Amino acid sequence: MLAGSRSLPLLTVIAAIIAVWYLAAVWLNSPWQLDRYEKAGVDWSFSQLVDDTLDQKRPVLPAAHQVIEEIWKTTVLKRITSKRSLVYHTWITLSATMLGFIFGTLLGVFLAVLIVHNRAVDKSMMPWVIASQTIPILAIAPMIIVVLNAVGISGLLPKAFISTYLSFFPVVVGMVKGLRSPDASQLDLMRTYNASNQQMFWKLRWPSSMPYLFTSLKVAVAISLVGAIVGELPTGAVAGLGARLLAGSYYGQTIQIWSALFAAAALAATLVMLVGLVDRMVMKRMGFVSGREG
Amino acid sequence: MNIFIYALIFWILAWAFNEWYVRLNIRLALFQQLRNILVPVLFGAALLALWEGATRGFNVPTILLPPPSMIWERIISSAHILWADFRQTFMKAALIGFILGCGSGFLVAIAVDRSPFLQKGLLPIGNFVSALPIIGVAPIMVMWFGFDWPSKAAVVIIMTFFPMLVNTVSGLAASGSMERDLMRTYASSYWQTLFKLRLPAAAPFIFNALKINSTLAMIGAIVAEFFGTPIVGMGFRISTEVGRMNVDMVWAEIAVAALAGSVFYGVIVLIERAVTFWHPSVRNRATV
Repeated sequence: MLAGSRSLPLLTVIAAIIAVWYLAAVWLNSPWQLDRYEKAGVDWSFSQLVDDTLDQKRPVLPAAHQVIEEIWKTTVLKRITSKRSLVYHTWITLSATMLGFIFGTLLGVFLAVLIVHNRAVDKSMMPWVIASQTIPILAIAPMIIVVLNAVGISGLLPKAFISTYLSFFPVVVGMVKGLRSPDASQLDLMRTYNASNQQMFWKLRWPSSMPYLFTSLKVAVAISLVGAIVGELPTGAVAGLGARLLAGSYYGQTIQIWSALFAAAALAATLVMLVGLVDRMVMKRMGFVSGREG
Repeated sequence: MNIFIYALIFWILAWAFNEWYVRLNIRLALFQQLRNILVPVLFGAALLALWEGATRGFNVPTILLPPPSMIWERIISSAHILWADFRQTFMKAALIGFILGCGSGFLVAIAVDRSPFLQKGLLPIGNFVSALPIIGVAPIMVMWFGFDWPSKAAVVIIMTFFPMLVNTVSGLAASGSMERDLMRTYASSYWQTLFKLRLPAAAPFIFNALKINSTLAMIGAIVAEFFGTPIVGMGFRISTEVGRMNVDMVWAEIAVAALAGSVFYGVIVLIERAVTFWHPSVRNRATV
């Protein structure tokens, strides 16, 4: 019953979005189509106009079925190794995202442990960690790519570096909060057991930081995908979803842009869902309340 | 090499000073405040010194990483270009997009608030879209709205809309049922409850969204310029000067962006403290 009461509104809104999409596609694509009719000197009916506007080669706004058709053509019907396959480009982006995400997580956890255990690091570093994120790091992306290219480092690493920079921040903030989440009474109890700093960390702080860690990881994985995509822009559209976007915008291939966009969206959703899945598994094994909302 | 050693010594001294300074236990409000400013500033200065020393000491090619002094000279010498870029990217694209995106997100949240049906439908989508790489719509917006700032503002609007929507909706649900019952016993109308109870209760959430959006707006405006722009703007300057290997100019542009982003964020924090003075996180800060 609960599932039903939730999915009906969701489906309604999705249906509304698709309806608006098709109306907008007809409306936005019709000027060009009308122009064509006029030049060809043909009479046109309204239904013909609708048909034609939803079937242009380079529409201003491609219709949903065109995008889905393009995705189908470039994923299932192409060989995976082909440079025109969307799977190939998604894989390129995914590998950079994952590498950056893993590095970012490790760096974030390391910094958080340092911040929690050393007051000087906390006082001097935390403001800069926060300030580092007010810098639009994505703006630096092209420079990092080009400069590292000039020294001979190219391919995966520069992109992963940008993802790392973006993803370490939510992890630091979340982990600092999490490692500090045990109550004073819990810490006192550990002290009465004569627990060493290490025991205190592994038996109390680390386990109680897990919910915070996974909340941060969901943000981190989404943002490191953004980093990887933007990192692909300045290399001159070689490979990856970002390159597909850029190439599409150079040549006016709107359908290609939209299909790359959808692939990126699907990838982001899958990654966040996977993290959520691991989250739930870990929480279950640790005996946290089951049935937490993801 | 010598320069690097001096810088290293400075860094170690600064570090030792910080270690000693944070251990001092003086319960004086002024002292504590001063410490919260001085320690990070010293850390930053030590980092800059290390950067300067390392690049000069090891003769790092300036293409790879120019020393801070060189970047500073560049900022001074081409201030007018930086100002023009700043106006184009920040004051037009980012700021207008930010205001329109946050404003419409806020209004839609208020409109949706009265219908639980729409809320249930929109919230999962809003949450979903917040995780998407929205920056990818930039090429489409450039195609629709042309090269000048409106296309960048459009990207910023889309990026800032959903965080604002989601946060405002959950903020409006934040007031307790007791408080709402109290308002009902006062026979207050929907709008009175909204303005006197629920919006103030939602303020921490709304400011959270504003803070997230301030960085998103900068990112959106700059990255959208990579997809096509007139010959002015921070994103344009960064991508072209990188191509010409004028890395010091790029760093100057980044410094301006960082400063603008930090000030933008700082202003929002100041307003937040003034508006949500009652919230525990602000009250604690005042007493400690």
